[in-house]
Amino acid sequence: MGTGTGIGRVRGLGSAKHGTVHWWHQRLTAGGNLILVTWFVVSLLRLPTLDHKAVVLWLSSPFVAVPMVLLTVNVFYHLRLGLQVFIEDYVHEEGSRVAAIVLLNFYVVAAAALAIFSILKIAFGGVPA
Amino acid sequence: MLVSILHRATGTALAIGGGILFTWWLAAAAAGPSAYASFHYYAVAADPGDGLGFAVNVLARLVGIGLTWSFFQHLCSGIRHLVMDTGAGFELKTNKLGAVATLVVSITLTILVWGCILFVRH
Repeated sequence: MGTGTGIGRVRGLGSAKHGTVHWWHQRLTAGGNLILVTWFVVSLLRLPTLDHKAVVLWLSSPFVAVPMVLLTVNVFYHLRLGLQVFIEDYVHEEGSRVAAIVLLNFYVVAAAALAIFSILKIAFGGVPA
Repeated sequence: MLVSILHRATGTALAIGGGILFTWWLAAAAAGPSAYASFHYYAVAADPGDGLGFAVNVLARLVGIGLTWSFFQHLCSGIRHLVMDTGAGFELKTNKLGAVATLVVSITLTILVWGCILFVRH
């Protein structure tokens, strides 16, 4: 099995068959975060209070709920990619590394699912005032 | 060097601390007023007479300030990395200036945000 040309390797034919996708998605979600998280921080600061009523009312607007779902997906995907690199660089023992990566995936999927479900529950009006 | 490792450290802090806090906040809001009230009590406004609640409050505030700074530092060094990805800014002087700028901007924005939270809104 040859190693191929440099360009062939980065076009998805490298050792993991994923080429530069990880690197590119990290940048793509960084750009998404730049917009979504800035919007989120400014919105929170503009809310008059952070009590239950104010937060639920804010989240019940489609123009808040949809960006919040997008933000959750984008942020958790970005942090999964980032923490994966962190683990691969600093956890040298193979068993611990695999275990850490599995734990990371469980954390990301569970937290993102809980956050998205919560946003949608509020947006669809399931919370008594 | 410092700013590069800070990008990883702040990213990890945000991923774990920020991720858990964000999810706890949303889940508490969706669970209802009493669940949200206990989140709000411990994170923001415990009764000063309640020793434990007040201690958790102070801790939450320190974590909040830390996460705010982590967010701005990660944001600034992230933008710096995107610029460097284009191949720009590798001259020693420019590079050093960019690194120092991320620290200055992140600390300034953290002070502005917490000044606003502590002194303008209350």
